[in-house]
Amino acid sequence: MTRREWRNLGLGLAFISPWIIGFLAFTAYPVGASIYYSFCDYDVFSKPVWVGLLNYHDMFTDAVFWKSLMNTIYYAAFSLPLGLVISLLVAVMLNQSIKARSVFRTIYFLPSLIPVVASAMIWLWILNGKYGLLNHFLALIHVKGPDWLADEHWTKPSLILMALWGIGGSMVIYLAALQDVPRDLYESADIDGATPWHKFVHITVPLISPVIYFNLIMGIIGSLQVFAQPFIMFGGGGPNRSALFYAVYLYQNAFDYYEMGYACAMAWVLFVIILFLTWAATKSTRRHIYYAGE
Amino acid sequence: MNIKRFIGRLILYTLLFAGAAAYTLPLLWMISTALKPIEQTMTMPPVWIPYRLFVERDGRRIAVKEGETINVPSYVIFDEHVGKRRIVPRNLIVNGRLVQHTISGEEVSRPVRIIREIPADSRHPWIKAIPEVDESDLAAARKAAAEWFVVPADQLIRKIAPRWDNFIKAIRAMKYFPLYLKNTLILCFLTVVGTVLSSSLAAYGFSRIPWRGRNKVFILALATMMVPFPVVMVPIYCMFRWLGWIGTLRPLWVGSFFAGAFNVFLLRQFFLTIPKDLSDAARIDGCSELRIYWQIMLPLCRPALMVVGLFQFMFTWNDFLGPLIYLTDQKTFTLALGLQFFQSQHGGTEWHYLMAASTLVGLPIILLFFFTQRSFIEGISMTGLKG
Repeated sequence: MTRREWRNLGLGLAFISPWIIGFLAFTAYPVGASIYYSFCDYDVFSKPVWVGLLNYHDMFTDAVFWKSLMNTIYYAAFSLPLGLVISLLVAVMLNQSIKARSVFRTIYFLPSLIPVVASAMIWLWILNGKYGLLNHFLALIHVKGPDWLADEHWTKPSLILMALWGIGGSMVIYLAALQDVPRDLYESADIDGATPWHKFVHITVPLISPVIYFNLIMGIIGSLQVFAQPFIMFGGGGPNRSALFYAVYLYQNAFDYYEMGYACAMAWVLFVIILFLTWAATKSTRRHIYYAGE
Repeated sequence: MNIKRFIGRLILYTLLFAGAAAYTLPLLWMISTALKPIEQTMTMPPVWIPYRLFVERDGRRIAVKEGETINVPSYVIFDEHVGKRRIVPRNLIVNGRLVQHTISGEEVSRPVRIIREIPADSRHPWIKAIPEVDESDLAAARKAAAEWFVVPADQLIRKIAPRWDNFIKAIRAMKYFPLYLKNTLILCFLTVVGTVLSSSLAAYGFSRIPWRGRNKVFILALATMMVPFPVVMVPIYCMFRWLGWIGTLRPLWVGSFFAGAFNVFLLRQFFLTIPKDLSDAARIDGCSELRIYWQIMLPLCRPALMVVGLFQFMFTWNDFLGPLIYLTDQKTFTLALGLQFFQSQHGGTEWHYLMAASTLVGLPIILLFFFTQRSFIEGISMTGLKG
């Protein structure tokens, strides 16, 4: 390397040094330590003791672990597709030539800004079985609402409902993508006599497919790690552990039971699940994603 | 054709309005509850607009709380047995004596003093009215509870009356609210400064200086975004524990001075759009890289820095898991954690205070959004489009 190249290397590394230190302290070391802990019995107070695959083995026989995994899958399986579809639907409606678009956009977006603790409080109150707003509206159409938060069949739907209230972020991302779709494509489709549905399926969806993919991946990562809402609303997991989610159980193992090794093992299993689903989602959608540059 | 278009519009606007109602109602419900007195919170059907009842008495208008409704002809009596006034249905009074049945069915009666007659029936109900006083003044509240009187229901005057002082009472009920606010603001300030400085430095290094292996290291940086927080949560906690930082605010801000990959990525994208000639010209003039970064790049990239700072502020303000893990003493809690703590202590009854506190925690973010709307929306679109 020339002197100049050496100088640039030194300068470059100096500029990125905050990232290098952060990478070593908050990613590289913790990832390594986490793998090691996952093979140990570790309670923070005494030194980790190597136990081999015991933590991973325990997971298979731990009924609570399976329950938390199934709860999480149930939650993700509903909140993710519903969230994707509803936020796209709202974005498409807002992308029409409508009056007061920015007012509507703000209204749909605002709930996603509310701090999660505050929105959990709001929904605790709305879903209150006796005096809650939701059951009041259901009573108006002569439906007797369930006791959302105390009935084990309704705790997860409650959280899904709450998640659908906070889709503002992905809605705005869709909207930005929709506004980049060239108008003349629609105009030429109009000349060919295409219906709105055809235009949506054959022009809109392909052109915004990278953004749909982005929201899908973010949704997978986010919904599998959902923590604050169920933790705040249901503490230890709600009636019959019906709202005990993966991340909540992981937290309990780490900070309530001080089973740090088990918590790390759970985290790695979660990572593998996320990687697998991301891979599967990428594989199955890759052929359908259209990148303008290619 | 025109009719088809009209129906399309009709469906569109109906859906938009219905959706908008569904998305706004929870927030309106929060604010409405925050402004109510406790007796108007737990009612069915719910009260939307907080009100106050008044009665004209001796030419003066006094505020009252609604007690029981009287639907049958009754008396107000003075029962010496309990030493209090009571309302009893007229058929329980026979010849000036209150007739009651014991558990075994035996009839007993005792003389009572009739104070007044209440000519109420189901079409003309009367109301037991209790003078309204500040509930936090216990002595006054006890005195008011004893000073009840009865009035015909149609003489009650209903006026819209939001209880703004609920906010102050909620702050008092949360005990350390000023400390929560202070801690949150300290954390917001430190994390915003840390994030903006460190990620812009790193982004400069990844975009404006050509060095060997830069792209490989950048890919490594992007790869770190894949690691979910739970994977590194325990070792990071143990590290801070080893440093003796658990229970202090330090674990919550120190990390922000070490450039997170996501922000570096965002800023790098922005830095790449700034023409190279600009920094080259400065270099020829003998400008150091640090000066180019500080005096040329940062001013040019203000919009992107705004977005990064704004998102960091929001994240820190809203963060729940971090404070939950690291903070142990109530006095070091943030607003988010303090609100959850308050709910776990007072939840289930004091909905008006809980909603007032939630409004206080949510409001700054909403205000921030209205003042910085453009950066906000642009920022979110940016994360999506360039991801």
